[in-house]
Amino acid sequence: MQKSLTFRAALLSLLLLGCLLGLWQLATQGTATAAAPAAAMTPEQIEYAKLMGKPVDAAPATTKSGFPTPAQMGATIGRQLADPFYDRGPNDKGLGLQLAYSLGRVGLGYLLAALVAIPLGFVIGMSPLIYRALDPFIQVLKPISPLAWMPLALYTIKDSAASGIFVIFICSLWPMLINTAFGVAGVRREWLNVARTLEVGPVRRAFEVILPAAAPTILTGMRISMGIAWLVIVAAEMLVGGTGIGYFVWNEWNNLSLPNVLMAILVIGVVGMLLDLAFARCQKWVTYAD
Amino acid sequence: MTHDPYDADRPLLMRCSCGQHANAAEHAVAELKHRSEQADVEAESRQFVEAALVKALFPQDALRRRFLKAVGRGTAMAAISSVLPVASLQAMAAEKGPLEKKDLKIGFIPITCATPLIMAHPLGFYSKQGLDVQVVKTAGWALIRDKMLNKEYDATHFLSPMPVAISLGLGAPATPMHVATIQNTNGQAITLAVKHKDKRDPKDWKGFKFAVPFEYSMHNFLLRYYVAEAGLDPDRDIQIRVVPPPEMVANLRAGNIDGFLGPDPFNQRAVFEEVGFIHLLTKELWNGHPCCAFGTSAEFIQKNPNTFIALYRAVLNAAAMAREARNRELIAKVISPQAYLNQPETVVAQVLTGKFADGLGNVKVVPDRADFDPMPWQSMAVWMLTQMKRWGYLKGEVDYKAVAEKVFLLTDAKKQMKALDLAQPEDKAGGYPKFKVMGKEFDPAKPQAYLDSFAIKRT
Repeated sequence: MQKSLTFRAALLSLLLLGCLLGLWQLATQGTATAAAPAAAMTPEQIEYAKLMGKPVDAAPATTKSGFPTPAQMGATIGRQLADPFYDRGPNDKGLGLQLAYSLGRVGLGYLLAALVAIPLGFVIGMSPLIYRALDPFIQVLKPISPLAWMPLALYTIKDSAASGIFVIFICSLWPMLINTAFGVAGVRREWLNVARTLEVGPVRRAFEVILPAAAPTILTGMRISMGIAWLVIVAAEMLVGGTGIGYFVWNEWNNLSLPNVLMAILVIGVVGMLLDLAFARCQKWVTYAD
Repeated sequence: MTHDPYDADRPLLMRCSCGQHANAAEHAVAELKHRSEQADVEAESRQFVEAALVKALFPQDALRRRFLKAVGRGTAMAAISSVLPVASLQAMAAEKGPLEKKDLKIGFIPITCATPLIMAHPLGFYSKQGLDVQVVKTAGWALIRDKMLNKEYDATHFLSPMPVAISLGLGAPATPMHVATIQNTNGQAITLAVKHKDKRDPKDWKGFKFAVPFEYSMHNFLLRYYVAEAGLDPDRDIQIRVVPPPEMVANLRAGNIDGFLGPDPFNQRAVFEEVGFIHLLTKELWNGHPCCAFGTSAEFIQKNPNTFIALYRAVLNAAAMAREARNRELIAKVISPQAYLNQPETVVAQVLTGKFADGLGNVKVVPDRADFDPMPWQSMAVWMLTQMKRWGYLKGEVDYKAVAEKVFLLTDAKKQMKALDLAQPEDKAGGYPKFKVMGKEFDPAKPQAYLDSFAIKRT
């Protein structure tokens, strides 16, 4: 039963994909303009058509930046995947390299956030006093769009690469902090009482009782943070530029090259999914039955 | 690696005509390099710079000849080289002082204004001066400003009013910046959405939404000037938004804006995409107006004088080359690829050669649509200051001349000539040639009177 459900779901997914591609093909195929016969045109008109990149007789037609057909899209994907790691100077790098830059930036900002958020979350979760004292600050800072920090970061940090990492740091901080605090505060009283009865030291109590108990909640926070960080990196790189998948999107947008933008969207989606899957796997490891 | 010939997004890279290079862009680079080695580009750049100066110092030919006869050629040249840093710097550079810094980062916005700065890279003009330069594409003018203030960039492509604004502390903490050369003259246009084909009179533009690249830009000042001449108040009757140049075409297509006064190639790109038409070229408003500049901070020049000279020479040599019409088509090939402008080659070629489709079915030939005259005339800076005051960006009293002379690196001609005990040129000469904007003469000696003469202003 379970197997056949999986099979049927996969079939339905494929069917949906097929429909989507079919609709896409239908929507885009009518846009190609036929070559106008040169005989019917004045030299002036021919000249104009050439300058506008339109097909005139045998002259090659330059396709405009319209929405690509699935076939054109496939060609773009093929070309990008054929050579993803080329490096021709600071302004022209392969998609794979750009992705590596983005992942590096996200990784660093995220790691820094984890290093701050998890210990701080522990402290907040274990002490109701600190929890109440810090709560107003967290509530005000949490809803701020991470990109709103960008001008401030550029001004104070005075380094655009570090500003990008800072933006990732600040956006990944809050879900991790709040979830850690929540998880730590929510550890069952009985377990803490047992630990106290057995005269377990505070450090040992934190690592052997509270951490495993709060781990599922903490990991949920980390998973949410990673999702947000991956959303934000694209926008941040479009602002700061230079390298990364966000810069790639921006650079191709300059050229109104929709196939390449779509390609990047696809890659962003797939990588985001893989990151999320990795965290889902981790979550399974730490989950326990009550 | 080769490209799909039917891909509009990439320049067509076929084997070149001579068969020695992998593609047409490389062939163009080789050909231009060859030309630059053949012709003494340095001598040429020096010559046209000097010719421009002499012409400005002596607007009347008779006076020039009298002066040359009186003092002799050598003395005249010495006087001129003291006026213009380039010339004196060239003399200094002959000694080839050791470079203080070799690895440099230069920012640019992907527009044709940056042509000399960009092409100097593939053509090896920087490396010829012993510099290892990275030209870095940047997402917008605000970022250029921030990266310049952060010192992430050593020098950069600026909008020419930006160094003036930054030096004055407008929209940035006051940091002394210099315009070393003007990067380009003309080369901008007002592009309107195709649906406004019949609204060619700016009087009909009430309620229109326009985009300009930055507040402190010639684009903003010229657009404001133009609509104000038609009786519209640019702050009340139309809306002016700041949009980074690369995003203008997308916004025009989406109907977010009715038009823009923007840099090329985006005017031509809008035509190419059939979303807009070229209403007018900015050359029709002020022929020879400055647009972008090549500049750096005062601190960089003080710390790295020899490096600055080397950089200055590289950019000037590139400008000399870009000025020549016969090189333009090849230059378009060199700067169109992904690493630089990332535009279809035909669009860039139409901008640089001045033979272009206007979006209304006509082919126009305007060879001086874009030019690359590097002279940083101080009267241009004074005009910018009058416009900044006019629209309320700059409040209070301003010493026009002091600011212009501080920011635009063209030392005062008259002072230098006096020191050399030479006959002084007429008042209107020096670094302050007059010019006309929309037919109205601007006298840099009387900025306040000029400002007062406008009906629509914020002062």
